[in-house]
Amino acid sequence: MRSYLILLVAFLSLGCTNATKGRELPKPLKVLEEQRYELAVYDFDHFEPFLTVNDKDVVRVVNFWATWCKPCLAELPAFETLHEKYKDKKVEVILVSLDFPDQVQEKLIPFILKNQLKSDVILLDDPHGDVWIPKVSEDWSGAIPATVLISSEEYRFYERTFEYPALEHELLSFKSDFND
Amino acid sequence: MKSLKILVVLTLLLVVSAFAITQIDTFESGYEVGDVATDFSLKNVNGTLVSLADFEEAKGFILVFTCNTCPFAIANEDRIIALDKQFKSKGYPVIAINPNNPEVQPGDSYEAMQERAREKGFTFPYLFDENQEIYPQYGATKTPHVYILQKEGASLMVRYIGAIDDSARDEATVTKRFVVDAVEALLAGKPVEPSNTKAIGCSIKA
Repeated sequence: MRSYLILLVAFLSLGCTNATKGRELPKPLKVLEEQRYELAVYDFDHFEPFLTVNDKDVVRVVNFWATWCKPCLAELPAFETLHEKYKDKKVEVILVSLDFPDQVQEKLIPFILKNQLKSDVILLDDPHGDVWIPKVSEDWSGAIPATVLISSEEYRFYERTFEYPALEHELLSFKSDFND
Repeated sequence: MKSLKILVVLTLLLVVSAFAITQIDTFESGYEVGDVATDFSLKNVNGTLVSLADFEEAKGFILVFTCNTCPFAIANEDRIIALDKQFKSKGYPVIAINPNNPEVQPGDSYEAMQERAREKGFTFPYLFDENQEIYPQYGATKTPHVYILQKEGASLMVRYIGAIDDSARDEATVTKRFVVDAVEALLAGKPVEPSNTKAIGCSIKA
């Protein structure tokens, strides 16, 4: 009986790795699947742990975007480049999609697959923005794109678009002692 | 000695310019609740110029910065029409303004606005902020973005800034109708609470 349970747990955890790419993400509300891609879905309560970093070496870069947001798509490559360059230096890029839940299967997941996004992509599905937007930042009007840089010591919010040099500059002004 | 003078002058310049930058920042943030709003003269989809001063009978306005292309704006169109239906006769008509630059967002051109207004049967003016001068004065950052104004003598007082309700994406999950509650409070002579709310929206395309 017990060995069955162990097997079951092992099987279930295997199934999860796709959505989290090996790194441990906070527990989602649910996982949606489309074309064998697993997308972790959060309401704000489940999402909130992303906004806190305890490890003093980690910098988390949280970008709020959506497939329907043109300036968001224009700046996605900058975040992908940042992820590629700094992923081994404890920089965690999280692309938080605010796509409508009814467009996840037909638009969001195909977009992620087509563009082969390497950063972690999650869906924040919480309609009550008036409650959670100020918890991300009192300075946020609610317009996207928006980005937060988080370390164990600092929290910086930006309601603006980034090109790569400016984004990397912000990261380096946030934490400059990356080991090469 | 001379270099010291130069140093002092440079330092002063730096301090002064730092202050200047701070002031520009404050200016850019637009109106807050309690401020006096500006009137404007913008082109409506029917070709006429519309100003708030034209509405002599109105007690105030439900001003909505919105557009054709943003999914959140589209998701709110029927709710905006319903607001006009509910409150125009009570003295608070809806005035919609498209702040987007059609060179950046072609779907928000004046012609596309005319088409959208016809398709949806807008019962309110749908104005084009063609020079993109009005939305920065108000401090609108996204679509949809609502400003409720109340006439007080000759002034237009800003009484509410924010979202239409607490579930921009899906009307079915609305629990608080912020704009309805705000206008009803104004009509009853009561303070508006909450007077600032937030919702996700599309950044205005400059």
